[in-house]
Amino acid sequence: MSHAAGDPRLIGAQQAPRKPWRLSWSDPRTRNVVWQVVVIGAVGAVLWYLIGNTNRNLAARHIATGFGFLGRTAGIPIGEQPIPYNSATDTFAKALLEGILNTLKVAVVGIILATIWGTLIGIGRTSRNWLVARLTAIYVETLRDIPVLLQLLFWYTLLQGLPAPRQAMRLGSIFLSNRGIKIPVLVWSGAYSWAVLGGVLGIGLTVVWARWAKRRRDETGSAPPVWPVALGLIIGLPVLIWALLGAPHVVDAPALHGFNFVGGATITPEYAALLLGLSIYTAAYIAEIVRSGIQSVPHGQWEAAGALGLRRGTVLRMVVLPQALRVIIPPMTSQYLNLTKNSSLAVAIGYQDIVSIANTTLNQTGQAIEGIAIIMAVYLVISLSISLFMNWYNARMALVER
Amino acid sequence: MSIALSSGATPARERPPLGTTGPVGWLRANLFGSWWSTALTLALGYVVVRFLWGFIDWALIRAVWTVPMGPHGPDATICRQMKGAGACWAVIGDKWRFILFGQYPYNEQWRPGICVALFIALYAASANRAFWRRELLYLWLGTLAVIFALMWGGFGPLQFVPDDQWGGLPITLILATFGLVAAFPLAILVALGRRSKELPVVRILCVVYVELIRGVPLISLLFMASVLFPLFMPEGLNPDKLLRAQVAIILFAGAYLAEVVRAGLQALPKGQSEAAEALGLSYWRKTRLIILPQALRLVIPPLVNTFIGFFKDTSLVLIIGIYDLLTAGKVALADPAWTGFAAEVYLVLAAIYFMFCFAMSRYSHGLELRLAAARGR
Repeated sequence: MSHAAGDPRLIGAQQAPRKPWRLSWSDPRTRNVVWQVVVIGAVGAVLWYLIGNTNRNLAARHIATGFGFLGRTAGIPIGEQPIPYNSATDTFAKALLEGILNTLKVAVVGIILATIWGTLIGIGRTSRNWLVARLTAIYVETLRDIPVLLQLLFWYTLLQGLPAPRQAMRLGSIFLSNRGIKIPVLVWSGAYSWAVLGGVLGIGLTVVWARWAKRRRDETGSAPPVWPVALGLIIGLPVLIWALLGAPHVVDAPALHGFNFVGGATITPEYAALLLGLSIYTAAYIAEIVRSGIQSVPHGQWEAAGALGLRRGTVLRMVVLPQALRVIIPPMTSQYLNLTKNSSLAVAIGYQDIVSIANTTLNQTGQAIEGIAIIMAVYLVISLSISLFMNWYNARMALVER
Repeated sequence: MSIALSSGATPARERPPLGTTGPVGWLRANLFGSWWSTALTLALGYVVVRFLWGFIDWALIRAVWTVPMGPHGPDATICRQMKGAGACWAVIGDKWRFILFGQYPYNEQWRPGICVALFIALYAASANRAFWRRELLYLWLGTLAVIFALMWGGFGPLQFVPDDQWGGLPITLILATFGLVAAFPLAILVALGRRSKELPVVRILCVVYVELIRGVPLISLLFMASVLFPLFMPEGLNPDKLLRAQVAIILFAGAYLAEVVRAGLQALPKGQSEAAEALGLSYWRKTRLIILPQALRLVIPPLVNTFIGFFKDTSLVLIIGIYDLLTAGKVALADPAWTGFAAEVYLVLAAIYFMFCFAMSRYSHGLELRLAAARGR
């Protein structure tokens, strides 16, 4: 608008005088106001009617609205507890919190797995190797055309069909059985906390080092190594701290005792099936996004980079993918949102996410409106957070034009 | 090269290039192009052959196709003795009518059978561009009326079948088709409303509707339909479960389709709208005659992709206990005679869903190519 004043085409042109507002049907402004009032009235009337019905129905069923039930003892047994929970004493609020954490646990890990797997498949689709290109195409076409709920049920059935603990499949000290996947874990001690702290420090130092290296490359043209330093700082530093503190390592390995396992950590069949199903399904969509992103980079970029003597893998990593990312990020956001929303299908295979626990809550208390409001609020907040993060990342990656 | 020639020396004889044409050349270029490619081909080839062989062995060679009848229905002992080494397709032979048609009265199942055929014929007719004209709309209305008449019955020799006895594939098709047919006009109105500049109130309402629905999972809407709907309705009036789920699906589909339509409206050059206004067309005539025909054509491929998504999403009604294809399959598995043969049933269900979605996806792909060709002309 600001430069419009200087536009030579507009010199001498006058803005059409605004007609005074007449209170007549032939004035569009009057019509607009009237229509909007009508719409507001209609929406308001429908809401008024529904709310009135709801109040009458609630009164007839003796249900009191409000979130007071959150403080009552829940008594919902929860198999998967990210934080300690006692079904005999803890409240509905705590149970719902467990549900939210379980949803986040699936969504975050699922997004990471689906991104890695989907990117690999997407790159595979552009491969010059015929077999790789065909197989990945079949993967994408097949998995996208089968409902995700059916896939989840299928994986869950497969995992439940694994042998009983006594005949569990064994991979080192990892056990696969119908009780889930048993994995050995390290017994936590103070040294690990310090090591984690060292790792965080290492990441911080790496960022500083990478910035300095980039500035130096921009100034002098010689690029100081980044990866070896990063490896040393992020992995070497924690290991060093851990070793200096006496290198404690007590492994809690699962072992068969009677009919079940003791020790170790468990990945339940429900969680494994949900994670597997969601990541495999979403990866098919991500693969298509990655493929179209790669193909959106003009072929000349490949050729120019090839002319500089770069190998195909290096070209992909250093030249093509960074440019493809600009095309990839926006649709990727909606896939992440889809994965998160699809995690609500957990309720069908008995994984206790927020939908499952809120559903149990509303069945036990009869607080249907509040239960569904909680589900919706949780997902809206998660969706909004993912959108905001991805928008920020997109803005960061966007082409900076001079 | 030119230096070598000018010096007069005979250039060293080069070996003829290795085959670059024919099958050998093709293999060399596409499977064994480099060390890395060769390794990948061999490793993947091994995995594929092992997997395919294992699958053929399980699904065909060692499969059990029929089981004898025991005193209490079919006797799956032979299948159980296989211990999973071979597929037990007998479960499909025994249950296929239930999976396809649910609890619909057994002797009347030819009726939903015809309905499924009508649906498929309707889709096929609509896919043909030669039929894209006004008469198609009447064809749709007529066919849908016939389908409902057949499903409900209650006239002539047809006995009345209430809709809580419907099930299987017809329910999936009804939910998907009606969902889209009803959601489409809603989506167009919402998309227009969201782009309206003069009516801020309408715009805000549309934005809130679209963002709210797109921000929450379909499950929560289905729960809302099954739990909250009865609360919203006046006492005594209790719409049945199928209708409630259908409304939830329509509201859900409406929001997603609205975004697709909006993309088409945005892609249309502004000059089209201005030219139509200059001709003195009213808003609705402008929209109906100029804007929508062009905007919708732009977004046909993403529309079909959205349709595929909804077709798959109708399976979510399983969670609120409506008898669609997936639910019928799951219920069939609950029969004690057939517990433990879930993989077979799920594979067949997957094949049915796949056929519908794959057909749509191929169609969308072909359409995209043709539209791109038409645009490039």
